Formats: sequence, C-alpha cells, structure tokens
Amino acid sequence: MKDLFSRTLQTTIIFLIIGGILALSFGGFFSSVTNRFTGGFVFTQEWFATRYQAIQEFLAAPRDIASLRNRNTELQKQVSDLQAQVINLQQRVNETEILAALVDFSRTNPENTYKAASVIGRDPSPFLHYIIINRGSNDGILRGMPVVTSEGLVGRVDAVIADAARVQLITDPASSVNVHLKNANTDAMLIGSVTGDISLDLISQDATVQSGDLILTSGLGGGFPPDLIIGQVVNVHKRAAELFQQSTVQPAVDFGRLQIVLVIINFRAVDIAPLVPTTTP
Amino acid sequence: MRNIIAFPLLGLAVILQSAIVSQFSLLAGYADLVLVILAAWALQDGVTTAFHWAFLASIMVGFSSHLPWFIYMAGYFSVVFLALLLQRRIWQAPLLAMFSVTFLGTLVMHLLSYAYLRVAGDPLPFRDTMGLITLPSLLLNLLLSIPLYSFMRDIAHWVFPPMEEV
Repeated sequence: MKDLFSRTLQTTIIFLIIGGILALSFGGFFSSVTNRFTGGFVFTQEWFATRYQAIQEFLAAPRDIASLRNRNTELQKQVSDLQAQVINLQQRVNETEILAALVDFSRTNPENTYKAASVIGRDPSPFLHYIIINRGSNDGILRGMPVVTSEGLVGRVDAVIADAARVQLITDPASSVNVHLKNANTDAMLIGSVTGDISLDLISQDATVQSGDLILTSGLGGGFPPDLIIGQVVNVHKRAAELFQQSTVQPAVDFGRLQIVLVIINFRAVDIAPLVPTTTP
Repeated sequence: MRNIIAFPLLGLAVILQSAIVSQFSLLAGYADLVLVILAAWALQDGVTTAFHWAFLASIMVGFSSHLPWFIYMAGYFSVVFLALLLQRRIWQAPLLAMFSVTFLGTLVMHLLSYAYLRVAGDPLPFRDTMGLITLPSLLLNLLLSIPLYSFMRDIAHWVFPPMEEV
C-alpha cells in the first residue's frame, strides 16, 4: 500500500515536472535553450535532407532526362504538325480570298461564262512569258480564249491538251492587245517585253494622255472582249518628231503571283488573218 | 537497263523546272535545270547514253514550252557534244569541265532561242536579252551545277557501276 502510494506520488511528480517544463517552454521561458536544441536539430535534419535529395536526384535524373527528352520530342512533333496545319490553313484562306474575289468579279460581269483554273507552271524558257493552267479541252477550253483575274486581263489561251492549257501572258514580248484609253478616248496597242513590263504604242499624237488614265481592252481585232481592265498609264513619252506617242503601263494584275485565273469560255476569238490584205507579186 | 531512270528523272526535272525553278528568277532570267542535268550526266565517266537523254529531254521540255522541240534538241545536243569534247580535254578537273560546259551550253541554248524568236518575229532587243536574261541565267546555272554534278555522279555510279563492284 505504501509502495503504491509512493509510486503514484512519484508518477504525479514526474508529470507535474514535465508539465511544468512544457508550460514554461510554451511560455517562452526556455527559448534560448530550445532554440539551441532545435537549431542543432534543424541543422542536422537539413544536412541529411539535402544529401538525401542530392542522392535521389543523382539516381533519378537520367530517367527524368530521358522522359523529358521524349516529351520534348513529342512536343516538337506537335509544334511541327501545328505549323503545317497553320500553313495549310493560311494557304486555304488565301485561296478562298482569291476565289471570293473571282466570284465577285464573275457576278459583276454576268455576260461572260467563266471556268476557274489553277496556275501549275510556267514556260521553261526565260524568253517567254507563258503559264500552264490545269484546265484543258475536257473542260471546254479552246485556243484563243481570254484569261482574266478579278484584277484584270491576264492573257489568252495559246495551246490546249486534254487536261491542261498554255496561256500567253500579255507581258510576253510577242503579245499585242488592242486597247482603249478611257479618259483620253483613244485607241492604242499594248505590247509586252522581255522584262515582263508592258507599254503602250501607236497612241495618236492628237490624244491627250495623262498619268493614271485607265486602260481597257477595245475589242478591236476580235482577240479579246471589250472593256477588260488592263492597268493604268504611268508615263507618257510624246516627241513631236515621232508618229505616235508611247507610254509605260502599270498592270492591274500582279503577274508574279498568279495562282488562280478565270478562262472566259463563251468568247470565241476571231481570226482576222484571212481579211488582212497581202501583197501579190 | 538501269538507264530507264532517265524517264522519271528527266520527267521530274521538267516538272520542277516548270513549277518551281522558273519561279525563282534573277532579273528576267532563271536556271535551266534540265540543261545542267544533261551537262552533268554527259561528263560522268562511262556514260554512253548522254545523247539519248538529250533527245528525251528535248521532247519533254518541248512539250511544255512554246519554243519548238527542235530548238531544245539542238541546244541539248550541243551541250552533250561540248561535254564529251571537254571531258577528254580536262578530264582531271571535272568541276572545271562542268562549269565550262554549263557556261557554253547556256550561251548556245540562249543564242538558239534568241535566233528562233527573232526569226519568228518577236521584238527582242539583243542587249536587253543578254543583260536581263542570259547573264542572270548563266549565274544561276553555274550555282546549280555544283550540287547537280555530285547528284548525277551518284546516279552514274548506280547506272554504270565501276568494274570492281560488278
């Protein structure tokens, strides 16, 4: 009984001492001692933790690099796929814009029937300004048919096979188009050159031609329908000693960026060669 | 038998010439892929079919061009003839021979084209033609001749394998 009492008292005293120490420590009375103790503890734990993390990184790093590389490759592939999609969509947007412009053009000129064609090539010789389109006799294309874009006149069909045709541009050195200057109310002849520039010749000396005058096809000669836009006058060269005036022309069509063109399929070019008088010996 | 590679190779060259090469112009001139391929082919050792290739190429190019096929045939045969002539003279410097054949071949081809178009009535000023078409085309052909010579050498080794491989 005495032992039991003394043991209970002992336990109570120990609890009281521990509780008192805890109460004093929570109250901040042992802060210098606890700081020193916890500081050492934290330092030791930090030392072990950093070493452990270093070892863990060392052991796990190759696996991470490999997985990162794989992920990087996947992402790069995704990026290249998305870039290809963007390029594809941009191309489609460009084509849609061109087609929309061509549809507008055909609506504003309902008297003509058009067949759209893509430009698939150019003449292999740099001396010639011809393009190759992906529509041929199977699509009703015939030699001599005019070719236009929404901006204006491009040229005329020169040769046709079943599924393709070759078009002579108005910039070709051998090309000549009878034109009408709207503001000056006079006719002239549009000719191409080796550089791809176009110019006007055979302008009457009496005509008053100014920079900016609009140039349209006249329809004379039967090679092209009238009133197709060609471009604007840039400079006029008028010399009293010459029979005619000449002028340089800014074409309405950008011949370097031709992608889709329209062939006027209800126009038949008239061959006036038999009507041209020939000298008989 | 391996010579039938001429059909797909020259066909592809004509397509590339029409669709891509002719878009990359310098002033008003651009490279002639077919001409350079023929020059490189004719300069390879052991090649015996250069004139056949020239004939085939002239038919193919003549089909897509407004210039008649016989102008291309005359021009390409001249290129092959020049190549065979120079191959015997400067066989130790194949790149020099390649440059020479490309240079002279381009000049001959352009002179033939110019002469035909003048006879046909096209108003082509000689100075403009030389300055804006021929000289830029010469430069582009010479640039193109270096990689194409290596490419055609590999093709020639495949078509005509050296004796030890046989």
